[in-house]
Amino acid sequence: MGYNCVVLAKQVPDTHRITGQVMKDDGTVDRAALPAIFNPEDLNALELALQIKDRHGGRVTVITMGPPGAVRILREALYRGADDAILLTDPRGAASDTLATSYILSRAVRKLDHDIVLCGRQAIDGDTAQVGPQLAEKLGVTQITYVEALESLAGQTLTARRNLGNGWQRVKARLPVLLTVTGDANTPRVAAARKMMKYKNAHTRAEIEQQIKATDPTADDSMVRKLVQEQAGALERQGLLIRQWNLDDLQADLAWCGRNGSPTKVHRVQSVVLAAKESKDVAPTDDGIAGLVHELIQDKIIA
Amino acid sequence: MGNFYTDNDDIRFLFRHIDLGPLAEAFEEGFRFTREFDYAPANEAEAIRNYEMVLESLGELCADFIAPRAEGVDRAGNRLNEDGTVTRPQGIAEALEKLGQAEIMGFTLPHRFGGLNFPNLVYSMANEILSRADASLMNIFGLQGIADTINAFASEEIKQKYLPAFANGKVTGAMVLTEPDAGSDLQAVKLRAYQDGEGRWFLHGVKRFITNGCGDVLLVLARSEPDRSGGLGLSLLLCEPGPTVHIRRLEDKLGIHGSPTCEIFFDHTPCALIGERQRGLVPYVATLMNGARIGIAAQSLGIAEAAYRVARDYAASRRQFSVAIEKLPAVRDMLIDMKIALEAGRALLYDTSRVVDLAIAYNNEVENRPPEDKDAQKKLKDKARIYKRYAGMLTPMSKYYCSEMCNRVAYDALQVLGGSGFMRDYACERHARDARITTIYEGTSQLQVVAAVRGVCSGTAEKYLAELAALPYDPQVSDLRARLAEGTQQLLAAIEFTKAQGNDYMDLYGRALVDVAIDLINGYLFCGQASTMVEMNVPVAGGEARNGQTIPMKQRKAALARRYIEKNAPKIQALTDLIRQGDKSTFTEYEALVGPVPEA
Repeated sequence: MGYNCVVLAKQVPDTHRITGQVMKDDGTVDRAALPAIFNPEDLNALELALQIKDRHGGRVTVITMGPPGAVRILREALYRGADDAILLTDPRGAASDTLATSYILSRAVRKLDHDIVLCGRQAIDGDTAQVGPQLAEKLGVTQITYVEALESLAGQTLTARRNLGNGWQRVKARLPVLLTVTGDANTPRVAAARKMMKYKNAHTRAEIEQQIKATDPTADDSMVRKLVQEQAGALERQGLLIRQWNLDDLQADLAWCGRNGSPTKVHRVQSVVLAAKESKDVAPTDDGIAGLVHELIQDKIIA
Repeated sequence: MGNFYTDNDDIRFLFRHIDLGPLAEAFEEGFRFTREFDYAPANEAEAIRNYEMVLESLGELCADFIAPRAEGVDRAGNRLNEDGTVTRPQGIAEALEKLGQAEIMGFTLPHRFGGLNFPNLVYSMANEILSRADASLMNIFGLQGIADTINAFASEEIKQKYLPAFANGKVTGAMVLTEPDAGSDLQAVKLRAYQDGEGRWFLHGVKRFITNGCGDVLLVLARSEPDRSGGLGLSLLLCEPGPTVHIRRLEDKLGIHGSPTCEIFFDHTPCALIGERQRGLVPYVATLMNGARIGIAAQSLGIAEAAYRVARDYAASRRQFSVAIEKLPAVRDMLIDMKIALEAGRALLYDTSRVVDLAIAYNNEVENRPPEDKDAQKKLKDKARIYKRYAGMLTPMSKYYCSEMCNRVAYDALQVLGGSGFMRDYACERHARDARITTIYEGTSQLQVVAAVRGVCSGTAEKYLAELAALPYDPQVSDLRARLAEGTQQLLAAIEFTKAQGNDYMDLYGRALVDVAIDLINGYLFCGQASTMVEMNVPVAGGEARNGQTIPMKQRKAALARRYIEKNAPKIQALTDLIRQGDKSTFTEYEALVGPVPEA
């Protein structure tokens, strides 16, 4: 037998590269100025799914919700060994908070056979760690968060180890189950050359349409539709069409999506500008180090 | 998140500057593989994109995963266990797993065995990038020539059995050639290969200094014709490790600690013959070693690049006499010379790899898909012949030049760091140790010179220089071309003088002759780079006034070509004068000058 794994991935700005130049005056990040990457812990979730497939068989389907450009991380997932990839994109879903996002994702996951749903613990842009748990609630499946190891999987039972920060907990659950996976769980595999060579040609309908319009800006709508239909069909026959779903495909209640479905309000954004020149001499003695550690604990930098 | 491909402007530039289209077309045989393999490219542009995607992905793996483990690998080394197995350093084992997952252990193997079917040029780039991260890992990753040799010469049955396993990284190989009394001189190989009454082959004897001798597929050069001395008594055989293959010892080495160097005793080991008897040394091992030489040249570039980067960084941050030491004339001169030597080696190796690829492609076409038209057939055969000759000369030149350059750069990098460089706190002491083997294995520099000087003196160099001189160049380098033409005349006069003196004299002054020929070839390659159609801007050295400033690569390469050619011109003059001076004291005064062997 095998397991149907569904991995949820997010395209995020590479926040490790934040510098003063990419901060806007209002304290938000200029996303366009940062490279967009596969959220790191989502790669750990994907790796765990691929390991399950390697060991037990089954399928790995990756879903991302985002602007049309987010298809890039779906191709990356295919390069690493995912079997299938789906892009959820709809302008009406923009500005969704975690509640709306988890609702939309739940509509998508319900359309798929799912034994194990895997999410990264949290995304490096929002750092909320809420979407995974909320999604589990909406799907009505058991959730195991902060997974650092999958200890066993047999029949309909799974045992995972959770990292609680100051210890760990072993949890056994019946499938279906949703896991949120931490960065310590594994080292994600690299892209495989032959898969890259093949799936670099995998596209969504939106990409095909964009390409057609770029090649022939004068083409009218019916012409564009016809060409998209043809080319999408050709890609589909080669297994290279990345499915694209909108909110209608998901039969989503629009009141729960996008800005309408998002009760979260940002109260205040504080722009903290670090003065780079600040430095402090610490004596290289036991006392000096003890003093530094004490200070770090007081400032709640370390626990 | 680093990337050893995208952070290297020169490699990225050459990837665009060198015309990869014809190589892609030749290797994909007119892009006919798309029907059978869904990942095979459909046209030139797609093939080139594939090459770059794989280099980018490898570049990331090298920067983020392999390089951070290199120091640990160097410290840990390999361990020979009591049961005769070898435990690799953890960093090497982990890296090999990743490289297997990345599906790049069959870089040049055909699609049908799960290989990528990439040209050697792209493989050279990959080997360089990987060696910058960990030189010792290249001794395993860079052994893909073993699979290529099986592909070129073994039976279909052997190919089917082993090549898919090489391509997916499930097995690694070793070329098992050297013996205690057969190092540079492989014709002296003694290890016996014999057949039993039923025609099954066995190996018996000892091999030494075998890189990755603990690998899964061993290609062994052995004497199958006991009555026949020399190369014609040798065959190439394939065996797997087992109870009759004993790793007796791991060498304790100066550098490349991640690469296990084994002494192996074969105790009546069952094996299979590769190709035909008596062809083991020539052509099989000769072909294998040519590929390996290109690999070591690439390894040398990677080590040099790594060492240079440490020195470049240190020179900018280390302050003495109230300035960064890069302001001091002696230091900045060293840095420029290191950087130019590095780019000269890269120009030569990449051009050599391109020529090797064309030689393979033309030969393949002659043998498998000759044109119908007689004239076209003759033209193709001529091209195949001439490119084979070019490859035969350029391959030892690249190995010689890049490995010597690598040692010079690693030495100077350590020098730039001064006392800190001598300590193990900085990576450049490791680079200096790793560099040292490159001028020795796969044929010493002295032997590369012997191989290359034949090409220099037989008209091949002259023909190749003429071909380079006839390419179109920008007017801005026309004075430099005149200097190269002048240098070529000086070289030809020195060659003529040498030939009149005989073969001993040619070997005596071989190094000088080869040095001059390489300097001229590199000079033209730099002029070509300075005439590039590629539009690419590169940053200049920092300092607040120039922060973020960029210049066109073309302009940078023009300055580089000028310095290289103008500084070499007087050296070429001096070297050719030296050759034509006719000094033979090496032969006549040896006994008096070196004196007797010192007593213990």
